[in-house]
Order: sequence, then C-alpha cells, then structure tokens
Amino acid sequence: MIEQIIDLISSGDRLNDDHFLELYTGADLHQLGFLADQTRKRLHKEKVVTYVIDRNINYTDICISACKFCAFYQLPETGKGYLLGRDELRKKIDETLALGGTQILLQGGLHPDLKLDYYEDLVSFIKSCGISVHGFSPPEIHHFSAVSRVSVVEVIDRLIAAGLDSIPGGGAEILVDRVRDLVAPKKCTADEWLEVMETAHQKGLRTTATMMFGHIETIEERVEHLSRLRSLQDRTGGFTAFIPWPFQANNTALYDEGTSFKTSGWEYLRMLALSRIYLDNFDNVQASWVTQGPKIAQLSLHFGANDFGSTMIEENVVAAAGVSFSLSEKEICRLVTDAGFIPRQRLMDYTIIN
Amino acid sequence: MKNHIELAGLGDIHQKVLAGERLSLSDGLRLYQSPDILAVGWLANLVRERINGNKAYFIYNQHINYSNVCTNLCKFCAFGRKKEDDLAYEMSVEEVKEKVRQRLDEPIVEIHMVGGIHPDLPFSYYTELLRGIKEVRPEVHIQAFTCVEIAHLADLCGKPIGNTLEILREAGLDSMPGGGAEVFSSRIRERTCADKLPGKEWLEVAQAAHRHGFRTNATMLYGHIETFEERLEHLDALRRAQDETGGFLAFIPLAFHPKNTELASLSSTTGMDDLKNIAVARLMLDNFDHIKAYWVMIGPKLAQIALSFGADDLDGTVKEEVITHMAGAETDQAIGSQTLIRLISEAGRVPIERTTLYEVINVHDGDRKARV
Repeated sequence: MIEQIIDLISSGDRLNDDHFLELYTGADLHQLGFLADQTRKRLHKEKVVTYVIDRNINYTDICISACKFCAFYQLPETGKGYLLGRDELRKKIDETLALGGTQILLQGGLHPDLKLDYYEDLVSFIKSCGISVHGFSPPEIHHFSAVSRVSVVEVIDRLIAAGLDSIPGGGAEILVDRVRDLVAPKKCTADEWLEVMETAHQKGLRTTATMMFGHIETIEERVEHLSRLRSLQDRTGGFTAFIPWPFQANNTALYDEGTSFKTSGWEYLRMLALSRIYLDNFDNVQASWVTQGPKIAQLSLHFGANDFGSTMIEENVVAAAGVSFSLSEKEICRLVTDAGFIPRQRLMDYTIIN
Repeated sequence: MKNHIELAGLGDIHQKVLAGERLSLSDGLRLYQSPDILAVGWLANLVRERINGNKAYFIYNQHINYSNVCTNLCKFCAFGRKKEDDLAYEMSVEEVKEKVRQRLDEPIVEIHMVGGIHPDLPFSYYTELLRGIKEVRPEVHIQAFTCVEIAHLADLCGKPIGNTLEILREAGLDSMPGGGAEVFSSRIRERTCADKLPGKEWLEVAQAAHRHGFRTNATMLYGHIETFEERLEHLDALRRAQDETGGFLAFIPLAFHPKNTELASLSSTTGMDDLKNIAVARLMLDNFDHIKAYWVMIGPKLAQIALSFGADDLDGTVKEEVITHMAGAETDQAIGSQTLIRLISEAGRVPIERTTLYEVINVHDGDRKARV
C-alpha cells in the first residue's frame, strides 16, 4: 500500500485523506523526507531557500479569547495588559527599517473596546513610516467585525483602504470545531476563519495559512484541517505559504490541565513532510525555527520546507510559552547554505529582493 | 528509496553497505561531502538496524565533575581553569560522597566522573574518590577518568598504565569514558590543545585498558578547525584500534560549543553537522556496536532524530552537566527517564534501559507505540 502511494506521489498525483493516514502510520521518517523533497523539487526547480526580514509587533496582549493553548494573553479585567502607543511603535518600526526589514507582522489579542477606526489608524500610521503591513489574523478581523457591528467584507475593505497589504494565517489552530470548542471556545469557528480568508483572497489580498498541532486533536482532525485549506486554495489560489508548528505547552492552561505533552522534533518533521506532500497547491512551506530551534529548522529544508520564515527581530507569543531562540539574518544564511541551498531575501508575496 | 540513493550518487556505497564491506576513507569523504543528509542517514540507518534492530538505549546515570582545575587549558574548553582562577573548584572526597548520597533514592546504575589535569592532587585522592563512592553506593558502576586523566594518574602513581589501572580497579573503577580524544591529528592538537596527551598515546591508554579487561568509550570533538580528512583519520584510527583490542563500547561524536572558549569566534555546529557525524561514524565504524547521540550536546530534539540516522543510544538522565554548559549549551542539565522513554518510543524505537555495559535492565515497550 505504501509503495502504491509512493508511486502515486512520484507521478505527481494528489494525495487523498486515506493516503495521508496510511503514510502517517506506515511510512518511516526517511521515506517521508524523500517524498516531501520530491514534491518540493517539483515546485522549486532551483535550490533556493527564502526568508523575510520583519518584526512581530503585538499591539496588545489584552484578549477576551483566553485560549487554553496560549501563554501570551492577559484578560482585560486583570488590568495587567498593554496597548502599544505611537512612540513605541515608531521606535520599533525605525529599528526594523534600519535592519533592512520590509514588513511588520502586526497581530494582537482580541481587545474588548477598540473599534475598527482604531485599527484603520494603526495601519495608516505604520504605512506612513514606509513599511508594509502583514496584519490581523482572521480571528482579529472577525472580532473587529463583531465589536464594530460591520460585516467582515466591510472590515477588509476599510483595512485595505487604510493600507493593509496582506493577512497572516494565525489563529487557524486546528480548523475543526470540536477542537476549537475545547481549546478556544471564544475564537471564531473554522468556517468563519476560512470565510475571512476567502473574502480577503477575493479582494486581492494574499494570505498565509498555519496549523498548530500536537495538543488535543486527532490525526484525522489534522487531515481535515489540511483538506479544508487545500479546497479553499483550489478555489482562490490566495495562500502564499503554509506554516505548521507544534503546540508549545509551558505556561498554558492546557499544560496545567495535564492534557498535553511536548511535540518532539520527530513528530514535527513528519507533519511538515506530510503537509508538503498533501498541500500540492501551496507553493511554499515554512520551517518554524521559532518553535524548533535552528538545528531542526535546518533539517526541515530536507523535509519539504523551502522557506526559513522571518528573522523575527521581535517575537513575544512563543517566548511566553518558554521557548526562546533568536537568529540573525547572517545566521539564517549560514544554516541555509550549510544545508546545501542558496539563501534569498523575499517579500511577503515571495518576490525575491537583493 | 534505492532510486534516491542512486540519484544522490551513493549507489556504490549502498552496495558495499549491503554486502557488509568496509568503507574506505574516500567513501567516508564522499559521505561527509554529500549535501543529501536523507540519503546518508538512510544508509546509516541500514547499519544501525542491522546491528541494534529497533532498540534504543538509555541509562539512569549521575555525572560528577570532581574538579575543573586543569593544567592543559585546551582552547576549545570552557570548563578547565587555572588553580588560582575565581571559578576554579575542587570537591573533597566527602563532598563527592555527599553528592552520591543525596540521590540514593534514585535508580542510578552509573556514576560518570571526569575532571581536569590537576597540578597537585595526590594519587591517593583518586583512589579515595573511587572507594568513597563505592562505600556510599556499593552496587553502582563507576565509569571514570578519560585516557588523558589515566595517563596523568600513572605519572602520579609512578607505575606503568597497566599497573595503575589495576590499582584503580581495586579501588572501584569499572570502566572508562571516551573523552579527551578530541581529534587525534597532531596538526589539530598543536593548535588547540598542545599540552594534552598526544592522540597516539590516547589510543595506547585505551588499548592498555582493553587488555586489562576494561571496556571504554571513544569520542571525537568536531566542528572547530578540523577538516573532513582529519575526522576520517580519527575514525580510522579508532576502527583499527578496535580491530586489535575490541574493547570500545560506544562511539560518541561531541559537538564543539564555542561560547566562553578561546575559539569563541567560531560558529556552533548545525543540525546537518551533528547528524552527518553520527551517520558517517555509524557507516565507518563497522566494528563498534553502539553510536551515541549525546542529547546534552545536540539537544533532545535532534538526538531523537539521530535515532533514525545511525544512533542507537541517547546516553542518560545526566543531571548537573557542567562541561558543555560552561560552553554555552542551552539544553537542560537533566531530563527524566520518562522523557527519554517518550522521545525513543515516539521515534518508533523500543526504549531499553541499560547498564554501562549494555545489559538490559528494563524494556519499556508498553509505554507508547513502539514496535519491535
């Protein structure tokens, strides 16, 4: 059976959900690596690995969602949260520009009071500093729509008018409502997440897609997640990249409940490779050095990843869960070269610069 | 699979591996130079599974570094200190005994003990250390003193290596660790550790120990200024020594950690380096039973992956690791046996809790999804 699936992939055919499950249980690590590498080579003839120079700015950590897998948020009533002011923002943006940064990855908690005009002003301000805004994951956009009582379409239109360039794929977690009800009941549903992305794609915005796995979901639910992304991509073609990463447990409610354990490098590389094989209509798959560290991230390049993500001049969310790595642009280039690839700086839409 | 190996240009090496034929140094060089880590790892895994099946070993051990005072002051080391240095320390025999006593409630089967080349501790200190540990924990296996320390102890004792080892055995020494081998090449030793025991003598001490019935380990410190050729000469010297005496238990590639050393301007090893050294060692050292992925040095995540790239052993629970951490290692100092079991099972291997000499204490095959 495995051999048949391998032949299927080698001839460029699409993997179905049963094939995925068969490979997940039956294929060894090397087989998955070889197959993912083959898929990657089909999509990327040249041995190039890209990266982007940007900074994560989390405009607030105040959040009403209280997801059980998150170590970053502060509930509004505790009074412990922050909301970044203009001076601080300006400073962070200037630092980013000085380091050759091309965009700000702008995300924050679901703030209970701020209205859409706040976010429009935020985007305009950042754009006025001369840098792109890759901002507001679907749960944020969905939340803005609810708080300001305007449609998702209008939120997206107004943010585009304010200067929004693209949308990050965060908040996808696992796109299955059984899982979301258990770990993130106040967050938008799977359908709502996909609807925001579909609308954004229709309006001409490119977006990424993510998956946070290794908590309470089943393997079948991981496949459902990938399947829904692949279908949407078939319709719109708006996703630039897929970024899977394992749940980081420290300081989270899930960890306290004892329902989860740390995902290992082994499971990460397997899921990365399987995602690369399954998502045949996604051009790019990113390695997650932020959660895996530089060594496993480098190996990811032989398990299907063709992008090293971002230099992340600043990162707060994963760091709150007790995982803290940092990599300079120079170090990223060294790791990529050492793995046998040519490093190239890119923009959000994967246009190569320099 | 075979097709991928052919495409990687390693088809002839594949044939040799299948035939159980010894790989040449030029085969080794091609393996080191290949960018295809999957292909090299797959070949190493063939040998790994032929020798060790689906088993992956670990040990419940305790590390003790009795002193960091050292006259060698190797450039790649962040641990050794001059005696007058503020960070220099030496433990009394009583302090070492106390460290052992504190953990008597744990199922520790091995004490792993190494230190520096101390300028003035007498020979009796070392025999008392061994006796002291055995007094507190009579059943424990003491794996202590690298070949470099043994050569120094023989000087102190004023007797040949063999007689010195017999005295140490009588005091409680059971086996020797593999440290101090670094890279045998005299070019490398002159530039990084000119005062250390030469490579040839390191091998002589190890072989003398084998002839006196001691099992020992072997290491290689990679990722500093050595070339691929020098690594291969090192592996070849070990392979030839093993052909003669057969006393080596395991080979442990050690990743160089530059922080706080005189070679701090060098970069840390990459994941590719680490896996390459494990895989190439597994393929070249056909007469070694075990290849260890030392998680303290390469991190538990990569050590787990290494179980499919040639390694069959994750070392142990450790605790209080000082040497690598002085050089900036960011790994934990201890991971529990449950974590080791989980890492091994998740990688589809059968976790075997072992003694120093690889006798099976416990097979943890019911823990998760391991398949035999």
